[in-house]
Amino acid sequence: MRHGKYPFVIGFLAAPVTIYVVFVIAPYAQAFYMALTNWRGLSPGQFIGLENFTRLFQDDVFWKALQHHGILLLALPLVTIIIALFLAFMLNVGGGSKQGIMTGVWGSKFYRVVFFLPQVLAVAILGVLFQSVYRPDGSGMINSLVTKIGLEPIGFLINPDLALWSIIAVLVWQAVGFYVVLFSAGMSNIPKDIYEAAMLDGATRMSMFFRVTLPLLWDTLQVAWVYLGIAAFDAFAIVQTLTVDQGGPDGSTTVIGMEIYRNAFTYSKYGYASAMGVALFFLTITFAALSLRVSRRESVEM
Amino acid sequence: MSVDLEKPPVKSAAPSPEKTRREVNVLAGFGHLFLAVWALLIIAPLIWTFLASFKTNEEIFGDAWTMPGALRLDNWARAWSEAHVGQYFLNSVFVVGLSTAGTMLLGAMAAYVLARYSFWGNRAIYYLFVSGLAFPVFLALVPLFFVVRNLGLLNSYVGLVLVYIAYSLPFTVFFLAAFFKSLPNSVAEAAVMDGASHTRLFFQVMMPMARSGLISITIFNVIGQWNQYLLPLALLQGEGAEEKWVLTQGIANISTSAGFDADWGGLFAALTMAILPMIVIYAIFQRQIQSGLTSGAVK
Repeated sequence: MRHGKYPFVIGFLAAPVTIYVVFVIAPYAQAFYMALTNWRGLSPGQFIGLENFTRLFQDDVFWKALQHHGILLLALPLVTIIIALFLAFMLNVGGGSKQGIMTGVWGSKFYRVVFFLPQVLAVAILGVLFQSVYRPDGSGMINSLVTKIGLEPIGFLINPDLALWSIIAVLVWQAVGFYVVLFSAGMSNIPKDIYEAAMLDGATRMSMFFRVTLPLLWDTLQVAWVYLGIAAFDAFAIVQTLTVDQGGPDGSTTVIGMEIYRNAFTYSKYGYASAMGVALFFLTITFAALSLRVSRRESVEM
Repeated sequence: MSVDLEKPPVKSAAPSPEKTRREVNVLAGFGHLFLAVWALLIIAPLIWTFLASFKTNEEIFGDAWTMPGALRLDNWARAWSEAHVGQYFLNSVFVVGLSTAGTMLLGAMAAYVLARYSFWGNRAIYYLFVSGLAFPVFLALVPLFFVVRNLGLLNSYVGLVLVYIAYSLPFTVFFLAAFFKSLPNSVAEAAVMDGASHTRLFFQVMMPMARSGLISITIFNVIGQWNQYLLPLALLQGEGAEEKWVLTQGIANISTSAGFDADWGGLFAALTMAILPMIVIYAIFQRQIQSGLTSGAVK
C-alpha cells in the first residue's frame, strides 16, 4: 500500500494496546506470580512456592465453594437450556404451518421482548429485588402466596439446604431470555422445507423437535453450554448481594469469587486470594476445553 | 411433559387430520400456558417493586400483594436526594458515557487496523486482545487494584473509565474486526484514488459504513458497563469514595445497610429508578440488542 502505512498503524494501535496491556494483561501476569508469594499488602511478600496451593487444598471453605460450583455447573446449564429450548421452539415453530411457513405461537413478538428483559438488569439490582421475592414471611412475594393457601412459609435464603437452589433459580430467571434469543437465531437458520417435509410425512411436533430441531441446533447448544458453565464459575455478584452473611447461611452458598473477594479485601491475604484466582482460571479453562471436546459431534450437513 | 405422545408417526401414511389437530391443540395449550407463566414470572417482581416504591414500611412488611395506600411520591424524592440515588445515577451516566465513547473510539481504531492492514505482529496483537475474553475478571482483581493504586488512580473516575475501556476492548475488538473485514473493498479503493489519507478513510468512509455494527456493540457496552458491579466495588474505595459511587454500588449498599427500621419505601423507589431507564433503553433498542448480542455470540 501507499507510504505512511506504518505511522498510521502505530498511531491507531498505540493507545488501545497500551491501556489493554497495563490494565488487563499486566494484572493477569502478576496474578500468577502473586499466587506464589505470601504478600499481605504492607511488608514485601516472600516467594513461598506452591505453599498457597497446598493450603488451598486443605481449606474446607475452598472445597465447599468448589462443591457449589459443581452443583451450579450441572444445574444452571441443564435447567436454563431445557426451559429456553422449549420457549424458543414455541416462539418459532409452535404456531404450526401457515401457507407453508412455520410460525411461532400467537404473541411471539411480545414474549420475545419480555423474556429477554432480565438480561438488561444489573446483577446487583437483582440481588436486592430477589431479597423481596424470597423474604421468609408473609411480606415476601412468594411466601405471601404460600401462606395464603395455608402452607408454612419457606425459608428460601435462610435454610442452608434451599439457599443455593434459590440462587440458581435467580440465575436461571435471568439467563433464559438470552438463550431463547440465541436458540431462536439458530432455529431460524434451519431451512423451512425440512419442517414442511416432516409435516407432510405426518410428524408430530414432538418428533419434529427431537428429530429435526435438536440435531440441527447442536452447535448452538454447545455454545450455550460453555457460556452457562463459565457463568457458573462467576456467580459472585448475586451471592454477595442476595445471600445472608455474603455466602451464608453458614457458608452454604459461597463461591470462589466470594472467597477471593473476602481474602483480598477483608483479610488482606493477597497472595492467597491470587492462588484462588489461579485455581479458578484453570478450572474455567479446563471446563471450556473439556466441554468443547466431549460435546464434539458430527454436525449435520444441511 | 407427557403430552399425548401417541404412537410414533408412520412415515408414509399421514395420520388422520383430526388426530394431528388434537395433538397440536394440547401442545399449543400447554405451550401457551408456559409462555404466559414465564412472562408473568418476569414481570411480576418488577411491578411489585414499582408498587412498593409508593408503600410505607408497614405496608411493605405486611401482606406482599396489596396495593399501596396512597401514591407516596415523597419516597422517590427521599431516595433521589437523601439516599443519593440522584448522585449515583449521574455518576453512572458520566462514567459510562465517557468509557463507552472511549471504548468505541479505541476499539474501532484497533479493530480496523487489525482487520484491514497487514503488518508484522498483526496476528499476535489480535490474539492478545481476543485472549482477554477467556480470562475470569476475578483472577486479575487483586493485581489490578495495585496497578490502579500505583498509578495514583484509585478512587478516581479516570482510573475507573480506563479500566472499563480496557476490559471492554476484547469483545469490542473481536466483534468489530469481523465487521470491518466484511466491508467491501471497492469503496475504500475509490476513496484512496481520490486521495483520502488513511485517517480520513477511517473516519469518513469506514466508520459510517460500519454503522450497524458500531451501534450493536455500543449498546452492548453501555449495558455491560452500566451494570458493572465488581470493578467499581474494588476500585472506588477510600476517603470520599461514597460520593463517587455508581448506581449498582449505591443500591447494593443501601440494601445491605437497610434494617427493619430503614427506609424501605425509599429503597424500592431507588431500585425502580435504577431499573426504569434500562427498561426504556431496552424497549427502544430491543431489536438491535437482541440481534447484536446473538450475532456476537454465534460468530
